[in-house]
Amino acid sequence: MREKLQQIKEEALLKLKECQNSQMLDELRVKYLGKKGELTTILRGMGQLSPEERPTVGKIANEVREEIEAAIEETLKQIKQREKNLRLSMETIDVTMPGRANRIGGLHPLTKALDEIKEIFIGMGFSIAEGPEVELDYYNFEALNIPKNHPARDEQDTFYINQNVVLRTQTSPVQIRVMENKKPPIRIIAPGRVYRSDTADATHSPIFHQVEGLVVDKGITMASLKGTLDAFAKRMFGEKTRTKFRPHHFPFTEPSAEVDVSCFVCGGTGCRVCKGSGWIEILGCGMVHPDVLRAGGIDPEVYSGFAFGLGLERIVMIKYGIDDIRLFYENDVRFLKQF
Amino acid sequence: MKVPFNWLLEYVDLDKDINEVAEKLTLTGSKVEEVIEKGKEIDKVVTGKIIKTEKHPNADKLTVCQVDVKDEVIQIVTGADNIKEGDIIPVALHGSTLPGGVKIKKGKLRGVESNGMLCSEAELGLADEDSVHGIMILDENTPIGVDIKEILGLNGGVIDFEITSNRADCFSVYGIARETAASFGCELKKLDLTFNENSENIEDFLKVEVKTPLCRRYMAKMIKNIKVGPSPEWMQAKLQEAGVRPINNVVDITNYVMLELGQPMHAFDYENIEGKKIVVKMAEDERFTTLDGVERQLDSSMITINDAQKTIAIAGVMGGQNSEVTEETNTIILECASFDGVTTRLTSKRLGLRTEASSRFEKDLDPNLVETALKRACHLFETLKVGEVVGGVIDCYEQKLEPHYVKVSPKWVNDFLGTDIVVQDMVTMLQRLDMEVEVKDELIIKVPTFRQDVKIKEDVAEEIARLYGYDVIPTQKIVGEAVEAEMTKEQKLIEAVKRTMVSSGLYETLTYSFFSPKVFDKINLSYDSELRNVVTISNPLGEDFSVMRTTLIPSMLEVMQRNILRDNKEVGLFDIGKVYLNVGKELPDERYKLCVAIAGDVDFFNLKGIVENLINVLSVDKAEFERETENSIFHPGRCAKLLVRKRYAGVLGEVHPDVLENYDLETRVYIAEIDLATLFEAAKMEKKYKPLPKYPAVLRDIALLVKDEVEVKKIEDIMLKQGKGIIEEIKLFDVYKGKQIPEGFKSVAYSIIYRAEDRTLTDEEINKVHNAIVKELEERLEAKLR
Ligand SMILES: [Zn+2]
Repeated sequence: MREKLQQIKEEALLKLKECQNSQMLDELRVKYLGKKGELTTILRGMGQLSPEERPTVGKIANEVREEIEAAIEETLKQIKQREKNLRLSMETIDVTMPGRANRIGGLHPLTKALDEIKEIFIGMGFSIAEGPEVELDYYNFEALNIPKNHPARDEQDTFYINQNVVLRTQTSPVQIRVMENKKPPIRIIAPGRVYRSDTADATHSPIFHQVEGLVVDKGITMASLKGTLDAFAKRMFGEKTRTKFRPHHFPFTEPSAEVDVSCFVCGGTGCRVCKGSGWIEILGCGMVHPDVLRAGGIDPEVYSGFAFGLGLERIVMIKYGIDDIRLFYENDVRFLKQF
Repeated sequence: MKVPFNWLLEYVDLDKDINEVAEKLTLTGSKVEEVIEKGKEIDKVVTGKIIKTEKHPNADKLTVCQVDVKDEVIQIVTGADNIKEGDIIPVALHGSTLPGGVKIKKGKLRGVESNGMLCSEAELGLADEDSVHGIMILDENTPIGVDIKEILGLNGGVIDFEITSNRADCFSVYGIARETAASFGCELKKLDLTFNENSENIEDFLKVEVKTPLCRRYMAKMIKNIKVGPSPEWMQAKLQEAGVRPINNVVDITNYVMLELGQPMHAFDYENIEGKKIVVKMAEDERFTTLDGVERQLDSSMITINDAQKTIAIAGVMGGQNSEVTEETNTIILECASFDGVTTRLTSKRLGLRTEASSRFEKDLDPNLVETALKRACHLFETLKVGEVVGGVIDCYEQKLEPHYVKVSPKWVNDFLGTDIVVQDMVTMLQRLDMEVEVKDELIIKVPTFRQDVKIKEDVAEEIARLYGYDVIPTQKIVGEAVEAEMTKEQKLIEAVKRTMVSSGLYETLTYSFFSPKVFDKINLSYDSELRNVVTISNPLGEDFSVMRTTLIPSMLEVMQRNILRDNKEVGLFDIGKVYLNVGKELPDERYKLCVAIAGDVDFFNLKGIVENLINVLSVDKAEFERETENSIFHPGRCAKLLVRKRYAGVLGEVHPDVLENYDLETRVYIAEIDLATLFEAAKMEKKYKPLPKYPAVLRDIALLVKDEVEVKKIEDIMLKQGKGIIEEIKLFDVYKGKQIPEGFKSVAYSIIYRAEDRTLTDEEINKVHNAIVKELEERLEAKLR
């Protein structure tokens, strides 16, 4: 019987090597270890043995069983690993194929730039004010120190609704409206659309956007104007940005200035964008004229303030190298998708 | 305004490069548009004398010249026909360079050797191509063999300034020289205003009467024995560099003084002044021919200069042909006057005639400049030997403009600027600007009459700031109490709308705020629609841009059309913009609208999904969709209105095929337009937390057969009403028509999820409710269970 057991074991281990998959392995298990399996059959014949032999043979039989089971287990493991590997290799995909997701759209480049500007000023304690685009002549001109027949009215070709009502040519009227409604301290920006009767071409648009700023309080100085706009320029165009304040003339500020920033394309060494000068003009500003403060109901002997205005399109055009302002209002999706 | 650099240097001793001067003046407030260095490019061009001309043997139109350039005589072939033997001309030698980098080399012209080129003003970059004819002929006394840049003063270059409307005093070379002197702290040289007069008196030859206060001052001098001819080379060169065309010595002198001092002048031929009388008065309606030969319509808003019989000039703008200086002129009246700025500007605008003179007068010139300029002109007439100055002067000047005073405390200036400038420095800076300063507790500043822009203490602060240097003023943070910065509810909601639209796959557009009144017909808008009540622009850029928009739909359709025609087929766009509703008040009601448009592989429900997303994000209270059949912009069977708290908030649907045709669109387009204010009023900003369910849910499916026209909303309303608060959710999962469903009916299948917050529902409880729902549906909607 011992020989028989030994034979079964060897035979089983040999056959085990031929097993290719888990199904064959199952068949093998049934054949040797199942209820009607060969090992079981032999064990049933144990009764014919002498009582002395039984324990020894029984022990051997168990060893054989355990050995076969262990071998099957081991093979099963190997087969499963192999099968898993096979599945993994069959499931290889082309990861360079496009992904699937809900499409996400995008904001208009002007909105994006404006959001950046808003964020910077909100961080400096500014609120956002708004005013009407169809505006009284009084707010757009008179209250800003631009009486009828002032030459500045010629410089800004104005759309009129009637004698007293215009499409605002600048966001500055919001200054007066804010001062009329709020006592200092005032710290606002007022972004919005403005209108000039210019026929549209690559550099002109009858509609464009400005961002107005106004600060009024006790002790506001030209140095605070410089500090605020310099901080803005550094956050908007990069920490290394330098600013240059040049004297200029606006009817509603005194003193007035135009502000250049070191070219954010070449860094100030001179390039096509800055026409070799290293500087780019981005905004106009100044200390609020006492007449304008008075028009807003604020006493210029007690308070002072500064104001500024920048053109949004211009900044975005320079930043991205867009050479035609009309693209902003054409809304070709291939343009919009780039921002 | 173009200022020739060498001309500028005649009034200030300055050893600086042109670019350095331009930079400095920019920083002190005279804005430089451009530094033009024409001469820089000219090389090896010298003066030469034509000593012999011959016809070209092979070409009729060419001439062979022998030109003496001092060191040698060279042969040059030219096509010009204005030259003769003895002329002195600019010669570009072999190997020379002209403006624009043009190189001149010797060669053969139709077989004859040519060793250079004779130059015109245009070729030297001094004038436009069309304004000159032929070679530039120089004065007969010009030395030969000399660099042309020296002769024409081209070494210096030109600075082009932008003159702001408040600085009339800078509209001249001398004015810029004053700024230069103040900026660099050097001395400004005095002008030579001396001249001799004969013993006659102008008052014996002319009377002047000023009948309008808009002419603040009128001066006249008389010059006789005039020899009209070309002005000297140096004067012509300076005029040309400054952009003024030389005409003859008389006109050139008046223009020269205008450029130098900023005071325009006019010369009348005395012979043509009838009645020995000049009258300044408002014009009558008449036709008048100006110097340029154009007949113009005058009216009573304009000032004219007249003799006893007729109009002879439009004041401050242009003289008349009838009194023009000609070659025969012997005696002239030099007019030097001060006309009202606004009147001049409006006149020039109305006539469409802006001249060097009018562009200066319109800035309101100092009446005291008149006298200086007139003296300077007389000085030039005499020294250039153009004529003899008659004694006496006519000066009508009733209200003399005196210098005014401004007081300011130095402490205030420093407090205002945020600086620490010492008093003496302030005084020095103001003195450099010709202001006299008395230092007491305050500075008492006597402002010269040419600085009418300096009226208040802030103006003085600016003068000090710009000479001190804006760049030297420190940069500081805003001091004072912190201000709370927060976005308003509307601003936050608009941001949320934008985010939702972007995450719905839409791109933001920006469109014009005005459009054509014709678009209303184009979008099929009903004739009685309120949207047709527009705000109209009185001076639009054309009908297409003539009324303020009352809806965003037309511009959105245009954008869709543009994109679809350009093959951008899958388009999803949104626009948040204002409409301007005419509400009968002075100003329109400006309201923000949201417009959404989609096209491509989409239908109505994609659009509705976007709107529903928005409603969810904003937590809009009581939002409902209702069928809309009356809106003629849309497909009558595929349009809904959005109601918020029972109020109309917007519309969404498939655009009517007629409208699509009007926009040449062949694909279906879905558009929504929503009034944001109405939406925002019902937007609940703060969210409420509800505990997660503790008890199990029970799901029951139900399939119904209903008539086609039964809207699912009706079914759902009944379910919810009968649900007695134990329905958590209703999900429509199938709508089916076709096989096994009778004509005119549809099958609708729902999952109803039952759940209670406080207990586990029993089958009995659910059955009761479920059966009630079924019963109600059968009774109210004639629904049948399937
Ligand atoms: Zn650059």
